[in-house]
Amino acid sequence: MYKTWWKILAAVLVVYTAIAGLLLEVPRLAILNETIRNLYFHVPMWFAMVVLFTISVFYSIKSLSTQSEADDIRAVESANAGIIFGVLGIITGAVWAKFTWGQFWSFDPKQNFAAISLLLYFAYFVLRNAIDEEQKRAKIAAIYNIFAFPMMVVLLFVLPRLQDSLHPGNGGNPGFNSYDLDSRMRLVFYPACLGWILVGYWVYTLRFRIKTLENKHNNL
Amino acid sequence: MHLAQQVKHLIKKEIILEWRSKYALNGVLLYVVSTVFVCFMSFQIIDKITWNALFWIIMLFASINAIAKSFLQESRGRQLYIYTLVSPVALIIAKTIYNSLLMMILTVIALAFYSLVFAPNQDIDILMYLLAAVLGSLSFSTIFTMVSAIASKTGNGGMLMAILSFPIIIPVLIVLIKFAKNAMDGLDRSVSLDEIGLLALINVMVMTVALLLFPYLWRD
Repeated sequence: MYKTWWKILAAVLVVYTAIAGLLLEVPRLAILNETIRNLYFHVPMWFAMVVLFTISVFYSIKSLSTQSEADDIRAVESANAGIIFGVLGIITGAVWAKFTWGQFWSFDPKQNFAAISLLLYFAYFVLRNAIDEEQKRAKIAAIYNIFAFPMMVVLLFVLPRLQDSLHPGNGGNPGFNSYDLDSRMRLVFYPACLGWILVGYWVYTLRFRIKTLENKHNNL
Repeated sequence: MHLAQQVKHLIKKEIILEWRSKYALNGVLLYVVSTVFVCFMSFQIIDKITWNALFWIIMLFASINAIAKSFLQESRGRQLYIYTLVSPVALIIAKTIYNSLLMMILTVIALAFYSLVFAPNQDIDILMYLLAAVLGSLSFSTIFTMVSAIASKTGNGGMLMAILSFPIIIPVLIVLIKFAKNAMDGLDRSVSLDEIGLLALINVMVMTVALLLFPYLWRD
C-alpha cells in the first residue's frame, strides 16, 4: 500500500469504533436508550462529509488559479466521496429517527435541509455533465462549487438552529455535548470521528488515483 | 473609466434597452397577472398561510423568468463588445443593481395586484410586508444574476438555470416566507430581527462570492 500508516490507523479506528461502540457502557437515557450508540456512526458521517466538501472547495479555488486538470479531478472526486458520506448520514439519521422520533422521515427541518444541501451537490454534477469542453467545464464547475459551499454551510448549520427541530443542538434543544456525552462516550466518539474522516479521505485519494489512471489510459 | 462610472453607464444601457422593448417588464407583469388570475379561479378563497406561500411561489417563478434573461439573452457579439470596454466587476455590479431595481418594481406591483384579488389578512403589518418584499426581490436578484451568468456559459441555459438555482434559493425562500408570515400576522417587529439579519447576511455573502468569482467566469 502507498503511504500506509494513516490508512492502517483509519482501519483500526473504525474497527475499534464498531466493537467498542456496540459493547462499551453508555449512559441510560429515556427515549434514546441503546440507540444512543448511533451517535458513533451518524455524527462522524457528517464530519467526514464536511471535511471532504471543504477539500473539494479548496481544490476548486486552486484549480481556478492554476487551471490544472489534477486539481479539477481532486475537486470532483472529493465531492463524490463527500456525497457518499452525506447519503450515509441521512440514512443513519433516518434509522435513528425511526426509533426515537417515531418515523424514518418526519420532515424535520434538519432532515429537509440536509437533503437540500445534497441537492446542491447533485446540481454540481448535473452542471458538469452539461458541459463538454474540459477546460470550460473545470472552470464553471469550480465557480459553482465555490458559490454553493457557503450555502451548504448556511443550510446545515445556521437555518436549522432558527426553526423548531427535534434534532439535538437545534431549535433551542441542547446539543449532545452539554449533558450526556460523558467521558465514556468521548472515548469512542472522538476516535470514531477521526477514523471516518480518514476513511473518507482514503476513499477520495483512491478515486482520484483511479480517475487519473483512467484519463491517462484514454489519452494514450 | 472609473468603476463607479462604468457601473452607471451599464445600468443606463440596461434601462434604455429595457425601456425600448419593455419585454421583461410587460412579460413578467402579464405572467404574474395571469398566474394570480388562474389561482383565483382555482382557489376561490384561500387561508392565511396559503396566501403568503402562494405569493412567494409566484414571485419565485416570475423572478427566475425575469432575471434568467440578463445573461442568457446577451448575444455573443455584444458580450465581446462589453468585455473589451468595461471591467467584469463593474458588469456584475451593474447587472445586479439593475435586476434588483427591476424586481423591486415588479414585486411591489405584483403585491398590489395580488392583494386586490385575494384580500390579505386583517392584522397585516403593511410596512413590514413591503420590507419583506423588497428584501426578497433583492435576494432573488443577487442569487439569480450570478446563477444566470453561470448557466449562460453552458450553452443550454434554460433548464440548468432552474436546477442550479433552486437548491441555492430554497434556504432564502424559507427564511423569507417565515419573515413575511410574521409580518402578515402583525407580530411585533422585534420578532423578525433574526430573519432580517440572516437575509442581509446571505445577501452580503452571495454578493462577495459573486464579485470574487465573476471575473473568472467572464474571461473565456
